[in-house]
Amino acid sequence: MSDTILNIENITKSFPRVIANKKVTFDIKKNAVHAILGENGAGKSTLVKILYGLLEPDEGNIKLNNKDFKVNSPAEARKQGIGMVFQHFSLFDSLSVKENLILGIDEKMSYSDLENKLKNISSRYNLPLDLDAPITALSAGEKQRVEIVRILLQDPQILIMDEPTSVLTPQEVESLFVTLNALVKEGRTILYITHKLEEVISICDTVTIMRSGEIIDTSSTANQTAKTLATKMLGQKLDDLKTNYEHIKDEVNFEVNNISCDFNDPFLTDLKNISFQVRVGEIYGIAGVAGNGQSELMDILTGENINIKSGSITFDNKKIEKYGPQKRRDLSISFVPENRLGHSAVPELSLSENILLSQFPKNNFIKNGIILKNNVDDFANNVINEFKVITPGNDAKASSLSGGNLQKYVIGREISSKPKILIISHPTWGIDAGAEHSIRESLIELSQNGTSIIVISQDLDELIEITHKISVIYDGNLSKPFKTSEIEIEKLGLLMGGKNE
Amino acid sequence: MNSLFPSIVSRSQSSGLMNFFVPIISIVLTLITGSIIFVLLGFDPVYALYTFFISPISSTYGISELFVKATPLALIAIGLSYCFKNNIYNIGAEGQLTMGAIFGGGIGILFHDTNAFWLLPLMIFAGAIGGALWGLIPAILKTKFNTNEILTSLMLVYVALFILDYLVVGPWKDPFGYSFPKSRPFSESGRMPLLFDGLRVHFGLIITLFLIFVSWFIFSKTIFGFQLKVSGYSPKAARYAGFNQTTLVFFAFAICGAFAGIAGLAEVSGPIGLLYRDISPNYGFTAIIVAFLGRLHPIGIIFASLVIALTYLGAEDAQLFLQIPSAVGFIFQGLVLFYLLGAELLINYKLTYKKLL
Repeated sequence: MSDTILNIENITKSFPRVIANKKVTFDIKKNAVHAILGENGAGKSTLVKILYGLLEPDEGNIKLNNKDFKVNSPAEARKQGIGMVFQHFSLFDSLSVKENLILGIDEKMSYSDLENKLKNISSRYNLPLDLDAPITALSAGEKQRVEIVRILLQDPQILIMDEPTSVLTPQEVESLFVTLNALVKEGRTILYITHKLEEVISICDTVTIMRSGEIIDTSSTANQTAKTLATKMLGQKLDDLKTNYEHIKDEVNFEVNNISCDFNDPFLTDLKNISFQVRVGEIYGIAGVAGNGQSELMDILTGENINIKSGSITFDNKKIEKYGPQKRRDLSISFVPENRLGHSAVPELSLSENILLSQFPKNNFIKNGIILKNNVDDFANNVINEFKVITPGNDAKASSLSGGNLQKYVIGREISSKPKILIISHPTWGIDAGAEHSIRESLIELSQNGTSIIVISQDLDELIEITHKISVIYDGNLSKPFKTSEIEIEKLGLLMGGKNE
Repeated sequence: MNSLFPSIVSRSQSSGLMNFFVPIISIVLTLITGSIIFVLLGFDPVYALYTFFISPISSTYGISELFVKATPLALIAIGLSYCFKNNIYNIGAEGQLTMGAIFGGGIGILFHDTNAFWLLPLMIFAGAIGGALWGLIPAILKTKFNTNEILTSLMLVYVALFILDYLVVGPWKDPFGYSFPKSRPFSESGRMPLLFDGLRVHFGLIITLFLIFVSWFIFSKTIFGFQLKVSGYSPKAARYAGFNQTTLVFFAFAICGAFAGIAGLAEVSGPIGLLYRDISPNYGFTAIIVAFLGRLHPIGIIFASLVIALTYLGAEDAQLFLQIPSAVGFIFQGLVLFYLLGAELLINYKLTYKKLL
């Protein structure tokens, strides 16, 4: 007996220049996992923000249990029985798990009551937590658990999960799925926002597909395949990507030799004797669970941190470990860190201005300290056209772009300067399938034109799809490389979990 | 029924137009509040506002005085924008102004009987150096020891004021000054040339306009201005871009200090003509309001400096004609800042009265 819990009727929401939701209508059945599938910018986030009281719809009605449902804030939404776990965690890093949980609940509760409740929730739903650990010490998966527990404390009927697996390891994903199943068994409903096709098929009962703010289809997942879903979501066919080894030269042009780095900081991972070599035209993948030294390694590869304890980095026969970012760019080394907003791009600045964050000698953007605006604008327009960035123009602020579009723009900016080596962290983190596809394609094309690429990513599918070699980083140690075409997934999984033979 | 107190909700979109209107709205609200205060004090608000804001500038002399007051305000405010754009809260411009006056004025005292074309340029240069050096102290403390520049720059204001105090009652006291705490007057060539006969508006205004133009050019056309902006918005992005943030902090403080120092020297070599205790009616602090009222934009700062300069003049006239203490000028400055910050908040957030169920 599964009856409807939520009726969404004719929801319309428009923003300046874009209609995010156009007469969105569908029902969500009780006691099921209901997926909302779509690219970034398809309108999924807007819709769930409306459900969660963060946005007000221009038109339309929502009924919860056949009663009119209208909320003005997340607190009200929670009171009515709707909880949400965001893609980006909203936790206080310096506080403990317990403190974060206390802060998140609306009613008063004593520590002992809370602890009892937590123990109950932890065991019932497979959500183990160390209550006294500070948030900074937790992995992404553990942080997500804190978020889920925080919502469960309020006993919601509907739990909205926004791209929950984007930061998780395969093992963590499995454990999340166990939790979700336990929740559904108890009669709760999960609204599962994603762009990952496999997840929809493996865990969801029903799927609603959105494209450009409209509902394309709502149907049972039983008779869907990844292909049919992808076609509906993208409205176009995906090309198959194939790894090609032929263009790789024997010549090594980037070599990291025994890099060690101590931070004396419990929240950072010390790097231990990291070594690897990248050949001309090769894409080298570094896999691993978040928090095992990836960002620390990235800072050392980009030159944002040049305080290493020992070791060397050699590029084109030059020792560059003491070079800062600009000196490395002068050698035609290019990088894209994981975080778009505030790291590889400044959200408050225009797209044109964001070009200037990454200058290569041949760019000709600056003369005697003065910005040559025409050259910068031309370059920006070029990137926008060539990488099909959707934006009103080069004077639009970076913050106005969707995640996928901004990432295409940032990567386009780096690729357009034809670097000899591109070092990139999580190239497709949190972006839609369309942008993901085009970014992976441009990385492959770049490597075929002779650029070496280092990709740090948690997305194994991504690494397997585009790289030629993969190493695994675990607790600051880097494993030996494996040829991607001959790789065994189980082996990688073990290495990522820290089990070396 | 609605809840009694509104809650603050972030706006999804902040209006660009309102961004432009915020300073104007703040000024209008200040005038309204000001008239209410005047009414409560028992004055006819129209007459009081007229006395405060219109009569001071209804003569050529009054307009000249407006520019005399606006000159240091605008010059310091544009200097402060270098810091504020870089997210550095230098609030010690008053001290940097004082140091500029001491360095430049020191040269003036040293050459009190020399009349030469090079004297004023040398004094201006020394003023800039004095202000810059004083500004560099919090910069060094911030970059080396990670101290909070708000505290250090503020504390250094009082150090500078005491140094000036010491000098004018001690070693630099005018030997013919009947023991008044003031220095010898500067020689004629150590004074800012007047722009018009009989009016006090002086060459400092030209220097200020020139430096505002230069700053506009730096902010909008050069990579240095861009680096300041990026570093202010996101230190992480600045590091990614390879901008040297220590250097940027140093430059921002040095430029701001130099501008404040020139403003201080322009005061002592302009209207005053010697060093004494009270060379500045808090220009260095008031310029913070000017910088924000002008939204850190060169053109905005010019207008803002005129508005705030008027509160100085209005306060004097109000004291003269209405027998209101001149401190009422500070009340107006405070009101402008209050409404400015309030309006600033409302650009990005809105108040909503929630329905109680």
